[in-house]
Amino acid sequence: MALIDTINPLLTTGWSKGDAGWSLKDYEARGGYAQLKRILASKMTQDEVIAEVKKSALRGRGGAGFPAGLKWSFMPKAAPEKYVVCNTDEGEPGTFKDRDLLRYDPHSTIEGMIIAAYAVGAKRGYNYIHGEIFDIYQRFEEALDQARAAGYLGERILGSDFSFDLFAHHGWGAYICGEETGLLESIEGKKGQPRYKPPFPANFGLYGRPTTINNTETFAAIPFIMGMGGEAYLNLGKPNNGGTKLFSVSGHVNRPGNYEVPMGTPFAKLLEMAGGMRGGRKLKAVIPGGSSAPVLPADVIMDCTMDYDSIAKAGSMLGSGAVIVMDETVCMVKALERLSYFYFEESCGQCTPCREGSGWLYRVVHRIEHGEGRAEDLDLLNRVTDNMMGKTICALADAAAFPVRSFIKHFKSEFEYHIEHKKCLVDPEVQRAGSGFFRASSAAGAA
Amino acid sequence: MNKQYDMLSPEALGKIDREVAKYPADQKQSAVMAALVIAQDEKGWLPKETIAVVASYLGMAPIAAYEVASFYNMYDLHPVGKYKLTVCTNLPCALSGGVHAADYVKEKLGIDFNQTTPDGKFTLKEGECMGACGDAPVLLVNNKRMCSFMFPEEIDKLLAECN
Ligand SMILES: Cc1cc2nc3c(=O)[nH]c(=O)nc-3n(C[C@H](O)[C@H](O)[C@H](O)COP(=O)(O)O)c2cc1C
Ligand code: SF4
Ligand code: FES
Repeated sequence: MALIDTINPLLTTGWSKGDAGWSLKDYEARGGYAQLKRILASKMTQDEVIAEVKKSALRGRGGAGFPAGLKWSFMPKAAPEKYVVCNTDEGEPGTFKDRDLLRYDPHSTIEGMIIAAYAVGAKRGYNYIHGEIFDIYQRFEEALDQARAAGYLGERILGSDFSFDLFAHHGWGAYICGEETGLLESIEGKKGQPRYKPPFPANFGLYGRPTTINNTETFAAIPFIMGMGGEAYLNLGKPNNGGTKLFSVSGHVNRPGNYEVPMGTPFAKLLEMAGGMRGGRKLKAVIPGGSSAPVLPADVIMDCTMDYDSIAKAGSMLGSGAVIVMDETVCMVKALERLSYFYFEESCGQCTPCREGSGWLYRVVHRIEHGEGRAEDLDLLNRVTDNMMGKTICALADAAAFPVRSFIKHFKSEFEYHIEHKKCLVDPEVQRAGSGFFRASSAAGAA
Repeated sequence: MNKQYDMLSPEALGKIDREVAKYPADQKQSAVMAALVIAQDEKGWLPKETIAVVASYLGMAPIAAYEVASFYNMYDLHPVGKYKLTVCTNLPCALSGGVHAADYVKEKLGIDFNQTTPDGKFTLKEGECMGACGDAPVLLVNNKRMCSFMFPEEIDKLLAECN
């Protein structure tokens, strides 16, 4: 199921052969490492590379959408020891694009990181890979060996004055290590607890040195931007929202998977590419940017285009591009309970509002779902979120609060029904059928 | 080789050395996550003494290594069955049967989350998003083998294969 559908493939050009197209020779055959060669041979300056990335309006694909070129320009020029770090921790529920990027085309991320290292003057880099995807970690290590053997990594790359080496660091199960400073702590061999900011990683990063950290998809886009030019890349999308983006579509669609589309593609088109609604059922709600993004009801999302600005205007976030599709068989209280449990479980515990607040959110949503809700619970939930948002070291507390607030805002009647009638508005049998689990062998499932 | 490290095989120590080499010479501690995984693979789980040996090998305080071992979800600080099954029950998976898959495994094995079958063969864990939501239901075997699209028949087949 390597590549299902795409409108304008860049990042996914290499995916068409599935697991048979990832290695160095395949990547070179489709023009890979040509940009690195060109930059080194033409002795492009660091500023020229950064200017090209700025022109592309490439915004960080990890969640926050910060302009990549601008981030690179914050790196101090003179510092003797600098790092480039790639964030493949990909633990944001609903997101599975970076896994496939490294699986089908690891060299585009590697080339992107080498070019970034050249632009910011780093000599060493790390790719932090999500714990649960061991086979992808192994493949990336193999790809690094290939790149090293071909002279793309190491001392004096391709005979130039530029040296850079890159290594993979394997995570071991902690969502919070996706937060960039938690990730850096983790590479240092510590608990992955986020740091106070400022200072930002560009000044105080890995081992206290200036560090550029970007998402996998951000790095993977770099060779394509350098190849077509920043302006052409920008024009694929829309102003301030350059290029194409991978969307991981999960939930109640006929063909869950990754889809690469230009920024600004209508949501309705993306849904159609994903095969439409499973069983022809009715769309109820969509979380458009990973579980931390506010949920949007069907009528709102159907009017959106998939880009940072349109989704923000509708009251949510494009985030990591994880599109979680829910149909009418979903009980919104139960759905929220799962998410609230996740944030409670994954809070690193160093800030009181997050540690305690995430526990409160889970327990109260849990009791509503289990028929023990109280009349004042919805106000209580909103109050708890007020005490969390913007009051902690990292954004996990906000990420825990957004789903709660948006689920209550848009689906209040379902919560009220639960509290009043002590049960779901959606018939449990309908919910059970909705997952499709018992479809394959219903006899076994009924046992 | 120093005798105090006998608890780990020469192969394991060799693998740890390869991890240490990825980091600057004065940052051996960076290899602690990988070293603990290597130790866990060899021992089946991570007793305190093993964690202390890993710490000493990397020149760090035992408590610093223990903090790491207790922070990340996939380290096992207690013995687990021969096959540790971790089922993702987060929302995107749940929409496509993640919770039902976990219920199905529970019923088949007669155990709940965080329990081990009496014969010591299976331990069941509840997992969070594994970055594979498009392949739901997903299940991880012994931390390293990801199984996708685990509907009743596929689960039956997997359980039968584990022996
Ligand atoms: C709780 C939390 C989890 C995060 N998880 C991820 C993640 O899994 N992958 C990722 O790339 N960024 C994640 N981020 C965002 C990173 O902190 C950071 O913004 C990103 O890696 C920067 O890269 P970009 O600018 O290329 O997006 C997370 C942030 C928070 C607060
Ligand atoms: S907000 Fe939560 S996850 Fe983030 S640092 Fe504070 S306690 Fe940890
Ligand atoms: S929610 Fe299960 S793998 Fe993402």
